[in-house]
Amino acid sequence: MINLDMNTKMAEFRATINNLSKSVIRPISRKYDEDEHVYPKELDVFRSFSILGGGKKKKKESEEPGKSKPAARKIGTNMAMVLGAEELSWGDAGMFLSLPNAGLGNAAIAAVATEEQHERFGSKWAAMAITEPGSGSDSGSITTTARLDGDEWVLNGEKIFVTCADRCDVVVVWATVDKKAGKGGIKSFIVEKDRPGFKLEKLEHKLGIRSSDTGTFVLSDCRIPKNNLLGSAEVQTATEGFKGVMKTFDNTRPLVAAMALGVARAAIDFTREKLEESGIVLDYHRHPNCMSSLEKEFYIMEGNLEAMRLLTWRAAWMADNGDFNNLEASMSKAKAGRCGTLITHKCCELLGPLGFSREHLAEKWMRDSKIMDIFEGTGQIQHLIVARNVLECSSKELK
Amino acid sequence: MEEKEFSFALSEEQGTMKETVARLMKDLVAGRAHDMDEKKTIPAECIQKIRDLGAMISVIPEEYGGYGMEYSPIMNALILEELAAADMGVAIAAMTPAMFLLSLLESGTEEQKKKYIPPYCGGNFRPCSAAVNEPRFRFDPVELETRAQKKGSAYILNGTKCFVPMAKDAGHLLVAADVEGTPRLFIVSSDNPGMKIGEREKNLGLYALDTYSVTFDACEVPAADMMGGGDPGCYERFLQKSRIAMSAMATGLSRASFEYAKDYSRERVQFGEPIASRQAVAFMIAEMAYEVDAMRLMTWRAASLLENGKDAKRESFLAKLYAGDMTMKITDFGVQVLGGHGFVRDHPVERYYRNGRGIAILEGMATV
Repeated sequence: MINLDMNTKMAEFRATINNLSKSVIRPISRKYDEDEHVYPKELDVFRSFSILGGGKKKKKESEEPGKSKPAARKIGTNMAMVLGAEELSWGDAGMFLSLPNAGLGNAAIAAVATEEQHERFGSKWAAMAITEPGSGSDSGSITTTARLDGDEWVLNGEKIFVTCADRCDVVVVWATVDKKAGKGGIKSFIVEKDRPGFKLEKLEHKLGIRSSDTGTFVLSDCRIPKNNLLGSAEVQTATEGFKGVMKTFDNTRPLVAAMALGVARAAIDFTREKLEESGIVLDYHRHPNCMSSLEKEFYIMEGNLEAMRLLTWRAAWMADNGDFNNLEASMSKAKAGRCGTLITHKCCELLGPLGFSREHLAEKWMRDSKIMDIFEGTGQIQHLIVARNVLECSSKELK
Repeated sequence: MEEKEFSFALSEEQGTMKETVARLMKDLVAGRAHDMDEKKTIPAECIQKIRDLGAMISVIPEEYGGYGMEYSPIMNALILEELAAADMGVAIAAMTPAMFLLSLLESGTEEQKKKYIPPYCGGNFRPCSAAVNEPRFRFDPVELETRAQKKGSAYILNGTKCFVPMAKDAGHLLVAADVEGTPRLFIVSSDNPGMKIGEREKNLGLYALDTYSVTFDACEVPAADMMGGGDPGCYERFLQKSRIAMSAMATGLSRASFEYAKDYSRERVQFGEPIASRQAVAFMIAEMAYEVDAMRLMTWRAASLLENGKDAKRESFLAKLYAGDMTMKITDFGVQVLGGHGFVRDHPVERYYRNGRGIAILEGMATV
């Protein structure tokens, strides 16, 4: 039965995370925006925290295709993740990305690692390396190679835009074992940071989320053990393997949508505070024709925020209940990525001089939110996926 | 009371009702909506058949002539979406009596319920309506210019209302009027000499639905007919429910425009391929798809709060505001995808575009 009224358990969970965000993360938000590349040591308190890193392992069970759906529809890991991501990103999105042991690579490990790999890497902080200088949205076109030489894989190539590059322990690297096989030849490999031939080349200077470190790795004849190939060792000729790794996006896209939501809410909350200080009463009552343009713009932002949140919750809730959510995951990110950007722009505009000054965080949220419409698939890619789904077009029919 | 599970899934009962209404509307309205719009009338048997489903009457307790089923704003929102996906005019017409009856049921005094509900619970559709909107650009449902002044054991109403659906045939109107700065609802009988039903209005959209201006000139209403006695909360609840209803109808209307444009874009071939294979068109379709869903979820969320006995002031306000904006965007896209063909009245997107304008402007036209 439809019920979109948060229950007590969800509300309590949310309040707990919000408290942490408010007391630990928000106070140091500006500091680490300025001190780009410095690890916020305050985040060490999250090392023992199980909501993010620990939760990822559990979600595996409910997600396995073919497993029978649970009788009672439930609130699971994905829902908890998006609730947590909103609250923590409200504190600081860059720091949410820097939570120890909760990298994107950890999600990949949780999703497909073998028992033995869980043992070896489950407690490591794992980053994810997909993007290359010549391969962005078209992740099927990557050129980093992995060649089997006896009991070792030999990796060669360059990976850019790796989140937590400096802070992580291991990196999940996408490479092709057979260029002729196209997407079917792409596999992911776990590379420990101290492997010879694996070098952190540089850290980026970015528009926003500066508290998160983003780096470039160069792999030159980097050798890793054969069993560092993530998941099944079988080389698939079909595109099934690639589809598997792409499926991770159905879980991570709502998560990025939730981050956009958190940043946009931070901007809206601050704007509300300033509007109310200036004597404007927001009572959610009057007809829009009877309010100032500023008030109406504020309400429309709030409406968009609600829309972002509900689309995000739906995608996560579906994942928890074993429903195929490829369409809904992209919908959530298409909406949240774009609106997050528009909302944070608008807040700066409505705040006037307060929105341009680095005395306040509004300008930072405007910079931070932009990435949400880019990583894990740009807004344009999300629109393509949504359009292909609803129009029932193949990627050849709708390019 | 045990807490309900948080869920996006329809229950079996909700799914069955949604399908039933959708099927009925397909038989009754699909293919005829254009005709109704041109002829500016909704056939009586159409409204009667929707009423025969019992969706509205079922929640009225048996003692007043209903079936005593559990009242559910979410169920009503589901029904409204389906009705409006077929035709918004039909949706408003079918739900018009509910504005009067559900308000009475929720806020009416025992005497008011006994007196006013049973006459509308018989087998035949009999209109009763609500008068909320006023003809001025700064119309605000919480600052009404129709005023009621206490005089002895009665209230004297003065003012003008507009967009009152089915007012001409309605036995009673629920009239929103200001009493010393607070909006209140009054039950006014059609035979009250102080109430004058004007000419049928000529509107931008909703041609099939008959709406009227209604004037109150020293209209004397017994104090006993002020809704809920002295309960000031009943207008607030009425407003919340009507806002959720507007947003539910917006979802249905926008969905219809989205689906029509989607199908058209796959069939329309230009430059040797369907126009849907062009991103410029496909991205509009994608946006329509997720905005329709967003509107629906916001409707459900606000309705969920009401269903759980909570206040939905903020959520119902935001749902309607959002739906008002998005309906215009979506129905505009609907016309745009069809190009010149969207501008001629042979295709329904033209009607959706006109009807959609009403969502942001109107208040108190339906209820959940």
